[in-house]
Order: sequence, then structure tokens, then C-alpha cells
Amino acid sequence: MSGHAVPLLNASGCLDALTAPEVARSLDAFVTKTVTPLPREGNPPPRIAEVEHGMLNSIGLQNPGVDAFLRDHLPRLEELGVPVWVSVGGFSAADFAVVCERLDACDAVATVELNLSCPNVEEAPDTASELVSAARAATTKPLYAKLSPATPDVTETARAVADAGADGLSLVNTIRGLALDPRTRRPCLALGTGGYSGPALRPVALACVHACASALDLPIVGMGGVWSGRDARDLVEVGARAVAIGTVLFSDPGAPARVRAGLNAESPREEALEGGGQLAGAGESPGRRDASSDLRTQKTLQIGPNVPA
Amino acid sequence: MRRELLPVIATEPVGPYVLVRLERGGLEPGAPGQFFMLEAPGRLLPRPMSLCQAPPGELAFLVDPIGPGTRALASLEAGHAIHVLGPLGCGFDLGVQRPLVVAGGIGIAPMPYLSEALGGPPALLGFRSDLHAQAARLLPGAEVVVEPRLVTELLPEEPGDVLACGPEAMLEAVRALVPGAQLAREAPMACGYGACYGCVVEVDGHYERLCVTGPVLREAA
Repeated sequence: MSGHAVPLLNASGCLDALTAPEVARSLDAFVTKTVTPLPREGNPPPRIAEVEHGMLNSIGLQNPGVDAFLRDHLPRLEELGVPVWVSVGGFSAADFAVVCERLDACDAVATVELNLSCPNVEEAPDTASELVSAARAATTKPLYAKLSPATPDVTETARAVADAGADGLSLVNTIRGLALDPRTRRPCLALGTGGYSGPALRPVALACVHACASALDLPIVGMGGVWSGRDARDLVEVGARAVAIGTVLFSDPGAPARVRAGLNAESPREEALEGGGQLAGAGESPGRRDASSDLRTQKTLQIGPNVPA
Repeated sequence: MRRELLPVIATEPVGPYVLVRLERGGLEPGAPGQFFMLEAPGRLLPRPMSLCQAPPGELAFLVDPIGPGTRALASLEAGHAIHVLGPLGCGFDLGVQRPLVVAGGIGIAPMPYLSEALGGPPALLGFRSDLHAQAARLLPGAEVVVEPRLVTELLPEEPGDVLACGPEAMLEAVRALVPGAQLAREAPMACGYGACYGCVVEVDGHYERLCVTGPVLREAA
């Protein structure tokens, strides 16, 4: 699938294209679950809990490791005919470099997304820019840095990863949260905290996308609580050039078609004018201007090989 | 993988449980032990439910209203409609010589459909109270015990091919007594189709997604 005005992707960790190929095919690109250098069993269950306005997850980057991914998964993903973005994670700059180097040789990999912000594993001691630099040195693939919204100024991190060689931003990852079982008064999740996703994340994502689009001229994949085409259009309106859906896929695997229909119903510009106006404080932001002009001029966000957005 | 909006035919109390009867629409009932993701009105995530009964044109699910999602499902009425995804996962292996159905509490849910497919094999049921034991009417002819007696006390010396569903402690006891039993497990699930990795259980020392590998697991003999 290609040629949609605003490409629609899945958020990493929210879809397995091998168990649900038809869902993956309904997207403009498929983003894998995060791949690390070595296999990871992930965190003990319970790993998920529904909470008000969202859910918590603590999966812990369960994945087969880069060797098994390249051997067993990537060839089957390639057969889907959908551009493949590979999410890469690790616990040091060396980890990111190792995986990126392996991916660099794979034609089937369209883009590498760097998971710099998983809330469920110990944070790498290296800074985000060090991780991006290491990845940049290891691959010529387009690099998207996935950032946490849980920071006083996301644009600082965004600038740092841009300077380190990131080609784009994925905004936003989940926020760390905690829920207690009403009966036991103990945490619902085995490890206590988890990543908070779902509708509650929408305004957070909008704020981060808006801030980064205003501050930098990097393409942004916006994500966070998108449930409808209107939600996706909101992200585009504040500067996202592509949109990813995550938690909504859990409740409705048919969400891509539904969100896309709403997204394409009217252009973001028309929608904004119909809605009576401008985002307060966003009127002169370069990000906003860029986003809408890009859509008009089809300035490309490279989603996959030969698939200009 | 198919998801449809299914009208509610009726909901019927069965002891403390509620039988939610839906029009089948274009969904297949699947194999006994497979499950469906049922939209829980007002909740973010659907809830996994194994199929209880499959009369012509109908899919019926037995719900234990213990949390906000299951209470929302139990409160459905004729005239409502909910989205249903399924059938999902791997059900019971029906190629068994001497089937014996064993269930505890809400674990009776998949057994009426399973029993029908197997031609009404013997069944052992355990419940925590007389009120809960009213659900035994869904499986006529079953032997029933109520706590403090345990369903595992009813297991014969040579139990044959055990197909079981119930609380973890009960399944653990069945596993110990009957190596090779087929156990229908339960886990919190967000998606039901392998996307979220939330429902893992430990199988042979590794975390496996229950919605993909199960929910029916055959324990190594």
C-alpha cells in the first residue's frame, strides 16, 4: 500500500505482522517489535493492566535477538510486501551499533527506529545522542529516534539526536505508570510499573510533536493514543508527517482502515479552518507551516524503498 | 481473523454467572477451547472469553462478573450489540480415546461446547459454593462437588484423557495427577491475536503468548 497523503504505521510492539499479516498489510509500513543484540525472555507476568483512559504494559522487550530476527522473521516480513521499519533497542551504544550494523546489510529493512526510551527496562547509561551516534556510524539506513515524552523539554533531546545524525523522530513512547489491584492493594503488574498508553497519552503526544515540529526541521511520526481519524489529523496538524497507531490495534485490528478513512476525509488544513482556527501559539511555528506545505508539495518522508509518502 | 458487531439475543443468570447470548453473524464458532475477544462496553480493551455454547445462529459466553469489563458484559441486554473478534487461539485436541472433562468454577465455560463435540463424555465439576454450582446445569450428568471438597478428589485411578479448565491451583493439581492432560489456561489479554505480548505463560522455560500457543496447552507427559 502506498501513496497515502499521510502514511499510517503501527507503533512498535503493538502488532506482530506474522500472526496478523492482513493487519500489517493495511498499513503503509510495518514497525517491528524492538530487536536487541541477544534474545530476551521479557518481564514476568502479569504484564498488562487496563487502567482509566489507557493501559499499562511491562513486556520488557521480549524478542528473539538480532540473529534469529534476521534468520527467521525478516524474510517472512519481506514477503508481506509492506515496507519494514525495524525497531532497535539495547543497553549501551555498542548494543545499538551491533544491531544497526547487522540491519545495514539488509535490503528488506527500509528504516531503523531507535527505541531510546523503553520505560520497562533499565535505561542505557549512554545519552540519547551517544546511542544515535553509535547507530549512525553503523548504518546508512534512515534513522528515526523514538523519544520519551517524560522529560522537561523534549526539544532538547530532539536537537541532540538530530545533531547526532537522526533523520527523523518518532513521538512519543509511553509514560511510566503504576496501578494497584483494588483487592490486594498490590501493583497490578509483576514488576510494579509499566508504560502507560492509550487515549490519555493523546494531549501529551500532541504537545511533544508540536514542540519538536516547531523547533526542528525533521520529519516526525506522531503517535500516542490515536483512536480515530480525527486524532490522527490532530497530530498532522501540529507537525507530524506520518501517524502511528498502537493501543487501538489491541481493541480493533481493523483500526488502520477506520483511522485512515477519517484521516483522509478532509485535509488537515481544511479541518483546522473548519474548526475555526489555529492552534494557540502555533500560528507562526515553522513545524506547522512545514507540515502542511509538505503535504501539498509531497516533500517526501521515506516510508520504504520506492514508497514516497 | 474476523471481527463483527453482534446483536445481543439475551443474557441469562446461571447462578452467580451470566450467559451472554449473541447472534452469530458471520463468525465461525471455531473449535472447543478457542476464544473470542468481546468488546466490553465503556472499557478500553476487549475481554477474552471461550465459547460456551453454539446453538444454530448463536454464540453464547459464560461470564463471571468480577471486574469492570466482565460486569459490563454481564449487564448487556437484548437490543445491545458488541464487537466480537474470533475465533482465536488453539482449542482442545479432540482426537482422544477416553475423554474426561474436568472443570472448576468459571472453568466450566468452554465445557458445554466441548462436551457436545465429544458426544457427552463423563465430566467432573467443582465449585466454591452451592450458588456457583448452579452452573452445573450447563453440563447435565456431570458429577459435582462443592468446597471444601475438591474436584481432583473425583479423579479415578485411571482418568484417561483429561481435558481441564479452571483456576491455576486446580490446573496445577490436575497436572500433577494426570501428566499429559490438556489444560485450558487463562491470562490477562489486551489483543487476543499475538500483538501485545501481554498474555505470556511459561512453557518449557520460555514465555509463550497464550493467545497464540494456547489457550489450551498440553502438558508434557
